[in-house]
Amino acid sequence: MEITRRDMLSVGGKLLMIASVGATFEQITGAEPPSDAYRMADHWWGMIIDIDKCIGCGNCVRACSNENQVPKDYFRTWVERYEVPEGYVNPRVSSPQGAINGFPPSKQTSLKSFFVPKLCNQCADSPCVQVCPVGATFVSPDGVVLVDKEYCLGCRYCVQACPYGCRYLHPATETVDKCTLCYHRITQGLTTACCENCPTGARQLVDFKDPKDPVHEFLRNNKVTVLKPNMATQAKVYYKNLDGSVR
Amino acid sequence: MIPGVDGFMYPNEVELQWSVLIVLYPFVTGLVAGAFILASLERVFKVEAVRPTYRLALLTALAFLLVAPLPLQLHLGHPERSFEMYTTPHSSSAMAMFGFVYLWYLTVVLLLEIWLEYRSDIVRLAQSSKGFLRLVYRALTLGSMNLSPEARMIDDKVGYAVTVIGIPSAFLLHGYVGFIFGSIKANPWWSTPLMPIVFLFSAMVSGIAAVLLLYMASMKLKKTPIDMRCVDTIAKYLFYTFVIDFTLEMLDLIHRTYESDESFRSLDFMVHTRLWYSHVVLQIGLGTLIPLALLAANQLWKFSELKRRVMYVTACSLTMIGIFAMRWNVVIGGQLFSKSFLGYTTYKVDLVTREGLLAAIALMLLPFVIFFVLVKLLPPWQESEAHKA
Repeated sequence: MEITRRDMLSVGGKLLMIASVGATFEQITGAEPPSDAYRMADHWWGMIIDIDKCIGCGNCVRACSNENQVPKDYFRTWVERYEVPEGYVNPRVSSPQGAINGFPPSKQTSLKSFFVPKLCNQCADSPCVQVCPVGATFVSPDGVVLVDKEYCLGCRYCVQACPYGCRYLHPATETVDKCTLCYHRITQGLTTACCENCPTGARQLVDFKDPKDPVHEFLRNNKVTVLKPNMATQAKVYYKNLDGSVR
Repeated sequence: MIPGVDGFMYPNEVELQWSVLIVLYPFVTGLVAGAFILASLERVFKVEAVRPTYRLALLTALAFLLVAPLPLQLHLGHPERSFEMYTTPHSSSAMAMFGFVYLWYLTVVLLLEIWLEYRSDIVRLAQSSKGFLRLVYRALTLGSMNLSPEARMIDDKVGYAVTVIGIPSAFLLHGYVGFIFGSIKANPWWSTPLMPIVFLFSAMVSGIAAVLLLYMASMKLKKTPIDMRCVDTIAKYLFYTFVIDFTLEMLDLIHRTYESDESFRSLDFMVHTRLWYSHVVLQIGLGTLIPLALLAANQLWKFSELKRRVMYVTACSLTMIGIFAMRWNVVIGGQLFSKSFLGYTTYKVDLVTREGLLAAIALMLLPFVIFFVLVKLLPPWQESEAHKA
């Protein structure tokens, strides 16, 4: 086929137009939308956890640790095993190494036993955000509690204020670190590392602003609660069938 | 099993976040506030008997106030960012106000009052001293060399006004420190509206005891007779303040015990085990009941001068230990138990790290070095001796 001067000008002009508006190869080719298509105002993130589905395998802890380079002996998420005698008195709770390697077999087979995955509760009225003296920790417009590590003083007032023990001082950066709900992933349309690696679907990332999200049906059809509701933090991690002994 | 942990701690709770340096912070600011309140007794409430300690109390307050932010700076992961608290303070944070409260108290209250009190002395010293000291004193005059009776009257009036403003400011300084702890709802050991008022009265107790000790030590070093009327009066005020402080602390204890909320079993166990020596033995027994008994005995019976001196020194020294133990029990005790109420951790004091024991000792000695320099630069005795004469 002969390429005329008219064809050259036409194709060249189109390429020039594409380049001038900053269109990317993915846009042209119809590939996955880029992160700048993500609109924070359209989302309100949280998580639902089904206690009955958690098998205490520790996959979530390992996935989180790998994905987020969590320093050794600190945890953005962990799993607790509760062994509860009748009447809730002195429940036996363990979380060896945050359950990063799961749990050894229980010696107390006669007790009520279950696993409780824990992570930052992404509170809407977050005490950690309230107390930060410089506003380095904040709730993003899409409902995720984040820490600006370029701004954090490392005073650790937020660690004291968190009722759930979800924060720690990163030994390398000397700034406070915590679960970001894998913000780098969820803004790319992916789910969190812990949810992706949960073999039973016990943990699910949810978007309360998405009318099609299964969270609405989940909240309608199940008896759910949040951890320490008396703290009135407007936590957004909901547990299904959580035992009253859990703290 | 994790070494040092009994029961269950959330995994991130095992390591304590606030160290002995954060114990020093309320202890040091408490001494500042207490010393200033003692100074105001003479200036505002006209308790003339305590006049010999007026300037000493002001210099004590300044020496400790200059050191107060240092433990915080050392504790921060990024001390170079601490100025952000001034430039972009977060309005909902109790801690964000520290810089402003501190600066207000340092500049508007303490430095101004000391300058006004010492201005005529500084002018005289600028004229009589030589060499480098002359330059220092000339700089300290801030160019105000007028010693006319009218000018001195203005000094006195403004100084009075500053002290009047200073009393609520001293209350603010330390009540505020109590609020930093008392407003943390996640921690039942801290979360009580009584915390600011308990901190305030314990601050007054420690500050008064510190000035009394410094006064008696200074007189001993100077080989000058101790003004027993002054010392007796201060001991009387220390007793009254201590009674209020102890009453408030007992009210807190009784309230917690009677209410017995979900945290009570856990906290009660902690007091009977990990905090037994620091809380029950040191804070309540040695640090409160014995000094209270010694001070009360002096209100009831008349002892010889020597006995009174020994009793006051013993009472004040034990008081200082008791108040330090109280700060320790608040700060460290509040982190020894799990927020799950199911376990306890242990605090191991490091020795030579940034937040270790040596740093804490150095920070506690530094105010005495500053105090020594201040006393040399601005002698607190002339005025008191002239006044007595």
